[in-house]
Amino acid sequence: MRHTISILVENKSGVFTRIGGLFSARGFNLDGISVGPTEDNSVSRLTIVTHGNDKIIEQVNKQLNKLIEVIKVIDLTLEDHVERELALIKVSCNSETRSEIMQIVNIFRANIVDISARTLTIEVTGIVDKVQALINLLRHFGIREVARTGAIALKREYERT
Amino acid sequence: MSKIIGAQAIINSLINEGVDVIFGIPGGTVIPLFDVIYDTPEIKFILCRHEQGAVHMADGYARTTGKAGVVIVTSGPGATNTVTGILNAYMDSIPMVIFTGQVALPQIGNDSFQEADTVGITRPITKHNYLVTDANDLPRIVKEAFHITSTGRPGPVLIDIPFDIQRLEIDYECPKNISIRGYNPKYEGHPQQIERVANVITKSKRPVIYSGGGVILSNASEELRELVRKSQIPVTSTLLGLGAFPETDTLSLGMLGMHGTWYSNKAVQECDLLICIGARFDNRITGNVQKFSPNSIKIHIDIDPTNIGKVVETKYPIVGDIKRVLKKLIPKVSKLDTKSWLKTIYGWKMEHPLKYEHNDVIKPQYVIEKIYEFTKGDAIISTSVGQHQMWVAQYYKFTKPRTLLSSGGLGTMGYGFPAAIGAAVGNPDKVVFSISGDGSFQMNLQELATAVRSGLNVKVCIMNNGYLGMVRQWQDLFYNKRYSGVELKDCNPDFVKLAESYGAVGLRAENTSDVDEVLKKAMEINNIPVLIDFKIEEEENVYPMIPAGRSMDEIMDR
Ligand SMILES: Cc1ncc(C[n+]2csc(CCOP(=O)(O)OP(=O)(O)O)c2C)c(N)n1
Ligand SMILES: [Mg+2]
Repeated sequence: MRHTISILVENKSGVFTRIGGLFSARGFNLDGISVGPTEDNSVSRLTIVTHGNDKIIEQVNKQLNKLIEVIKVIDLTLEDHVERELALIKVSCNSETRSEIMQIVNIFRANIVDISARTLTIEVTGIVDKVQALINLLRHFGIREVARTGAIALKREYERT
Repeated sequence: MSKIIGAQAIINSLINEGVDVIFGIPGGTVIPLFDVIYDTPEIKFILCRHEQGAVHMADGYARTTGKAGVVIVTSGPGATNTVTGILNAYMDSIPMVIFTGQVALPQIGNDSFQEADTVGITRPITKHNYLVTDANDLPRIVKEAFHITSTGRPGPVLIDIPFDIQRLEIDYECPKNISIRGYNPKYEGHPQQIERVANVITKSKRPVIYSGGGVILSNASEELRELVRKSQIPVTSTLLGLGAFPETDTLSLGMLGMHGTWYSNKAVQECDLLICIGARFDNRITGNVQKFSPNSIKIHIDIDPTNIGKVVETKYPIVGDIKRVLKKLIPKVSKLDTKSWLKTIYGWKMEHPLKYEHNDVIKPQYVIEKIYEFTKGDAIISTSVGQHQMWVAQYYKFTKPRTLLSSGGLGTMGYGFPAAIGAAVGNPDKVVFSISGDGSFQMNLQELATAVRSGLNVKVCIMNNGYLGMVRQWQDLFYNKRYSGVELKDCNPDFVKLAESYGAVGLRAENTSDVDEVLKKAMEINNIPVLIDFKIEEEENVYPMIPAGRSMDEIMDR
């Protein structure tokens, strides 16, 4: 099963390598990884997407927790959470296909962020499946380049009424 | 607060941590540190002949004293030479702090002379490591390192110190407290879980305790004994756990696993409750996991949560410090009626004891029994890796914790002799036996110089079979006796002369009748290392044996 794990770590050099190294050394799957600052300067947040059976995922969580510079590990899969990925997709176009592509972009609530005579660069945000669906639809126009951020996620909070 | 240089700050911190001995070898990037050591009579420096030796010495020191070992080496090759020793300590959860020199900060990344990415290389083999980039961090980092290495599940911590950092002046103040927000080992077992476990134990009919190195690391040997005394549950031990429970006790089943006793493996196979304390279901213990102890409920007490459920599904885990958990568990457990179970086990013991054929040619098992007799179980015994290691585990009766030094997790040939030196440094009042193979000894024999120079009471017993014996045994049993790349006898050195050339005493035993005599002689010599070359039966095999990945059904015995 696919798991999205959010990891708060000390904002120090080398932490990223420690985590990457852990995944390769133990043979855990690493389907996505993204890192960025948080509201606290001394803390970074890594979001990792992995998959495996319950036993493996338990090990992933425990092994991450064991790292001294890991402050907190939250397996968001077990909680209600919001997850997003951003992708930039450069797709080939010509005067005939341009409007068709723009229609697809509209349906996906994506944006065109760069345009040239032969290409369109599209920015899309959403859950990983949505990003993938758009890429799949654009494929037959000829995709030149794709850059994806990998998923980031936060736990959902509910307003108590 | 006083202004001192970084190197002085490190040594001051070591003194504050109670360090009294450092093992190592100097080099260009640690000269400032050695310059401070020159003026530090509180700390003894043991000059080794190879950095691997230094790390194993620190390891032997730590295993026998319970205090973290300390190593200082230079950058580049000095640091890379420590790698095997560090991984060895990591696999066996041994506390130690390794200081490596590093090229000066501005030179890092330039492929400078003797530069190595030491933190990169050692990241997966240390509990934690640091590259110091600000001299002001030194007091905190050293304090953290000693805290991390010896708390929770112990393990080596490495500090990489650029040359210029050692010479910069800082305001030194020893930090009183430390807080590492990502590091909070759990010591107290869950009270309700302990309650539950006590109930399960009380209800069991055929329980076995499977005890490991964690019991020794947690200093919980007394508690284990009390639990057993009270409950009358038989105990089997891993290699690293030997000594936690006295093997002279009738409830001891000796070692389990690949070369464990027939009856301990049988008992584990037939038990209805397996109580694993401070061990981790290593594959040398379980063999085929699917067939391992198939009908038992498992209890697992360990300080490291990652150990739990990693190999074997555990119904009742308790995460915590073994000593504290057992202390809480003991009053809740009452005496079990294990009489008929013990009777069955004693039957197995009678039917399938450890055995070997006595002969004129020296049998290694006989030598180990004799060493036990001569030392009355009171010595510290180290082994290297191979057949001799297993014979020590089988035939020496360990009765006290911290008296066996052996490379369990990594199986590092060459571990035993330097580890024995470290143990002798830390225990000047004890006799230390380094029982080694002829192959293993040659992997760190240069440390004879270190042992002689320090006038240590180390007795090196070489079980000289002229082979890389354990590999030869596998080729004998599973590869049609096609002995490939295992012969040493065609070019072994004269070990007696070798010892003498270093200024140690060299003795030799060629027949069974010599064994008593040489051991007696060796015991009479003090403060000079003694080496005994035992010419043992060349093709003796270790039995029983459960072939790798198999189960108790396929155990091979004489
Ligand atoms: C550093 C290292 N290299 C290789 C091995 C593989 N190995 C395991 S046991 C063994 C033979 C050891 O020979 P010796 O020290 O003479 O001991 P014996 O088995 O003969 O008692 C070897 C080569 C190892 N464990 N460690
Ligand atoms: Mg040998």
